[in-house]
Amino acid sequence: MNFRKPTGGAIDRNTVLRFTFNGQLLTGHPGDTLASALLANGVHEVGSSVKLGRPRGIVAAGSEDPTSLVQIETPYSEPMLLATTVELFDGLEARGLAGQGRLSPEPDPARYDAKHEHCDVLVVGAGPAGLVAALTAARSGARVVLVDEQNQAGGALLGVDEYLDDRPSAEWVADIVAELKTTPGVLVLERTTAFGMYQDGFVLALQKRTDHLGFAAPASVARQRVWRIRTKQTVLATGAHERPVVFANNDRPGIMLASSARTFLHRYGVLPGSRAVVFTTNDSAYCAAIDLAESGVDIPLIVDARPEAPARLATECAARGIEVRAGHVVTGTEGSSRVTDVHVAPLGDGHPDTVVCDTLLVSGGWNPVVSLFSQARGKLRYDSSLGAFVPGEELASVRVAGSATGELDLNACARQGRDAGAAAVVAAGFTPGGQVPLPVSDSRCTQRTGLVLWRVPGDEDASFVDLQRDATVTDVLRATGAGLRSLEHIKRYTTIGTAHDQGKTSGMIAAGIVAEALGVELADQRPTTFRPPYTSVSFAALAGRDRGELHDPVRVTAIHRWHVAHGALFENVAQWKRPWYYPRDGEDLHAAVLRECRATRESVGMMDGSTLGKIDVQGRDAGKFLDMLYTNMMSTLKVGRIRYGVMCGVDGMVIDDGTVIRVGEERFLVTTTTGNAAKILDWMEEWLQTEWPHLDVHCTSVTEHWATIPLVGPKSRDVLAAVAPSLDVSNEAFEFMTWHDTRVAGVPARVCRISFSGELAYEINVTAWHGLAVWEALMEAGSPYGITPYGTETMHVLRAEKGYPIIGQETDATVTPQDLGMSWAVSKKKPDFIGKRSFSRAENLRTDRKQLVGLLPVDPNVLLPEGSQIVETDRLPEPPVRMLGHVTSSYPSAALGRTFALALVRSGHERVGETLYVPVEDALVPVTVTESVLYDKEGARRDG
Amino acid sequence: MTVSPLFAWTDRLAALPVNASERPFLSQLTVRASDPAAIAAMGAVLGVGFPAVPCTFTAGSGEFGDVEVLWLGPDEFLVVAAPDLQIPIEEALRGALGSARGSVVDTSAQRTTVVLEGPHVRDVLAHGCSVDLHPSAAPAGTCVQTLLARTGVILLVTGADSVTLLVRSSVAEYLAAWLSDACVEYQT
Repeated sequence: MNFRKPTGGAIDRNTVLRFTFNGQLLTGHPGDTLASALLANGVHEVGSSVKLGRPRGIVAAGSEDPTSLVQIETPYSEPMLLATTVELFDGLEARGLAGQGRLSPEPDPARYDAKHEHCDVLVVGAGPAGLVAALTAARSGARVVLVDEQNQAGGALLGVDEYLDDRPSAEWVADIVAELKTTPGVLVLERTTAFGMYQDGFVLALQKRTDHLGFAAPASVARQRVWRIRTKQTVLATGAHERPVVFANNDRPGIMLASSARTFLHRYGVLPGSRAVVFTTNDSAYCAAIDLAESGVDIPLIVDARPEAPARLATECAARGIEVRAGHVVTGTEGSSRVTDVHVAPLGDGHPDTVVCDTLLVSGGWNPVVSLFSQARGKLRYDSSLGAFVPGEELASVRVAGSATGELDLNACARQGRDAGAAAVVAAGFTPGGQVPLPVSDSRCTQRTGLVLWRVPGDEDASFVDLQRDATVTDVLRATGAGLRSLEHIKRYTTIGTAHDQGKTSGMIAAGIVAEALGVELADQRPTTFRPPYTSVSFAALAGRDRGELHDPVRVTAIHRWHVAHGALFENVAQWKRPWYYPRDGEDLHAAVLRECRATRESVGMMDGSTLGKIDVQGRDAGKFLDMLYTNMMSTLKVGRIRYGVMCGVDGMVIDDGTVIRVGEERFLVTTTTGNAAKILDWMEEWLQTEWPHLDVHCTSVTEHWATIPLVGPKSRDVLAAVAPSLDVSNEAFEFMTWHDTRVAGVPARVCRISFSGELAYEINVTAWHGLAVWEALMEAGSPYGITPYGTETMHVLRAEKGYPIIGQETDATVTPQDLGMSWAVSKKKPDFIGKRSFSRAENLRTDRKQLVGLLPVDPNVLLPEGSQIVETDRLPEPPVRMLGHVTSSYPSAALGRTFALALVRSGHERVGETLYVPVEDALVPVTVTESVLYDKEGARRDG
Repeated sequence: MTVSPLFAWTDRLAALPVNASERPFLSQLTVRASDPAAIAAMGAVLGVGFPAVPCTFTAGSGEFGDVEVLWLGPDEFLVVAAPDLQIPIEEALRGALGSARGSVVDTSAQRTTVVLEGPHVRDVLAHGCSVDLHPSAAPAGTCVQTLLARTGVILLVTGADSVTLLVRSSVAEYLAAWLSDACVEYQT
């Protein structure tokens, strides 16, 4: 059956679009939505309900529709779209859903992006009120953004055949849009839904830019865009949604909102059926009835719940052979996949009469769309004549105009738009320009308020309040019967208003039924809170371009390219890519690391240490400041020397460590761990700005100014001598923990004698620009010694063999310097430093704290998994099992010829020599507790 | 012998509709000072006054050639000049600072500089920058520290259709990749 009228509607009948629905090949036209095209083909049953499996159809014509959920299969698989908001395109494949969709396991190849926009006045909604508001604002010279969710401006005018100022309303709309689009500083965004309104004029809007193009969408154009709009003033002209009345079996396909049927007629040239009964509580449905009758739909009856029908409209109906029964209601329906009969009875009681039909149009009044106003923290007020919540206060920067206020007369709506637009530009600091004339409508239906009727008594199990959630009057009454009174609680108990439509058609009715059941006034009830998003937004759109390589910035050093070219595998350390190890042919991690360790301990290795945090600390009080930050004394350090330092939080727990280089009397350079560089700079700034503003100290990050190359191993002195001919590298001239400025490979360099491996080692610092060249010069100079580049894994093994902790690996914010065996780094002389007071807390003095020790598995080939627990006995007792601690680091060691581990163990320092056990899979592995330093305990290797 | 963070991106950046180009190796010094006399003295040695208005930069010419001074915070500035001048400028600034509270640090290699030009610059940046770059809100002379996509930048508005970005060296390639991606819709 074809329900398309031969003429009328904003569709292009000369072009045929082919699409499939549930496997059936159908056609439509450009301008159609999937819903209008289905209705044109006589298809009302779209899917079935989520819990009860009842057939469900199309209730509304727009985004308020609760039921027409479909899954789009091509060109992108997308679940849970509303047929009423999917613009038809050629080749569309869709399926009706049983309440739930399915996410595609395939990656979404489409492009999504975001854009920031700033304006003086944002107008949401391009209906009559919004258009007049936007034009009023635009004529003042303000920066204006107008967003509208439809593919064309007009709002409610799109669904009627009204004439404005004696010409089709579309012409009036087109003139305003044309002026807006040619006014500088005005941005008109179609297909754009403002879905979230936040504080200080921040509004999020989703623009569907190429969805409607289907397969013709260019891949380079973002399919959807999230607009992040910051506005000084906002005019909400968001319109109103018609709401239904609840009655028994009110969910059958073919039952739709009267104004939506009118929209399908006028906007798409589609008739909802052949024979339609109309059930209304107000005047507006009469216009739908008359328009449909004039288009050839048989309208046998208008059921008006009001005691008296409106005289003039009733006369017009009589002239068209439409019977009007005032004081009557629809009490139920028949049918399975489509409504076939309607039961009509006098309101109150009396015998029902049955009327045959294939369509039932319902109007229970109008709900102003107050979602964004409510999100902006605007208070709502119950309007008892409308039976709806309306904006209940004025906000400083948010104005509401048009039917969103509850006003339903077109001229009055446009006037509100003009007033709101003018007030907004004045508030934004502009002077209103030329006044926009207000249109005069020829509409028959000017008075739209009527009787407030939430439901018709009947089978409560089949009286659906929220069609998408399959929630009925029974569910609401069960909630109130259980003692729930708050709408928020009832919403959660019944799930009404929590589906994709967020209760656009059901929320107000639920509130009304609750009030009736409780015998309270709705004016005393608080409506449920509106929250973003107003309509569904896909995660892909929210992610935008922040995916793949742009998901998180990757930080690389100046030498990164060399590491890539030489086959390094990388480890992520914070946002940095650090070389992990450099495998040679066939080597796995262990083989490569054993080789890198051996080469470094026996000859010379080097690594890229550029990621270390570096902070320049300058000022007269720099030494005093560092004394407060570190547990050990820094102010006594002599210029030219270096000291290792530990930093604690106020709780006395280690937060970072590094070296402090005294560059001058009033200048230090401190290093931090790679991952903590920004945090430690913030920490320093916080203390300086909040507690010690009197200190003459300034801190500046120089992390990326320097490339840092540790050169490590007994042959490092020879390599350094080769590239730094002007530097006396002898042990006497260049002592451990001192630094010298010199030239390395011809460029200015600062060389520090620091070791994180126990070997003779230097740390060469040059500007990042020179990093690669100096690295390559060192590789060349070191080639006679087989110089070996090594990565973070080898660094970890070398330092672990020496018992040096890594902050964040050996520590977890519960570890003191004393626990790490570093009492030597905690000053006894300093009057104060951060964390000092906490060291005397009873908890921190306990001898059974977890302390850092070494573990040697009795079987030297067993590698303990890091994170393993440690227990006392060789057999597990009944739970609960007392855990003594855990393994923090564990490696095979080339230098030790065996595996080893570091661990935090209760009373660990007292347990040296004990045998403990580590559960590994089903076995308990015996381990011997040792001191944490396992290699070169005498420090004989330090000077080469 | 020197390698800039974006040397591998030169051609790709130039092909973008925002005509992006790296200006590597500029001399950059981070200055912290709040004493008005010291700030005036430092401006005098550079031949360009330090910016007095937050979120602006000043430009001028003097003993060290063309110099820009960027306002980064109430007591923080970045002095930018041609390459290879960082050492004499640091000495000159330190001398001008004298005994006043403050610091001067060579941070030349900490950031690299990317210049964008053309009618699409503001649109492209609006995809990742929440600051209002409309000429009425951000005229030439504007200098802000902000996020561009997911990394921090110093953004200078240098003309009607030109913007200079200073970005940390380690994330310069991320920024270049982001810029290339953001330009996709503006390619002709």
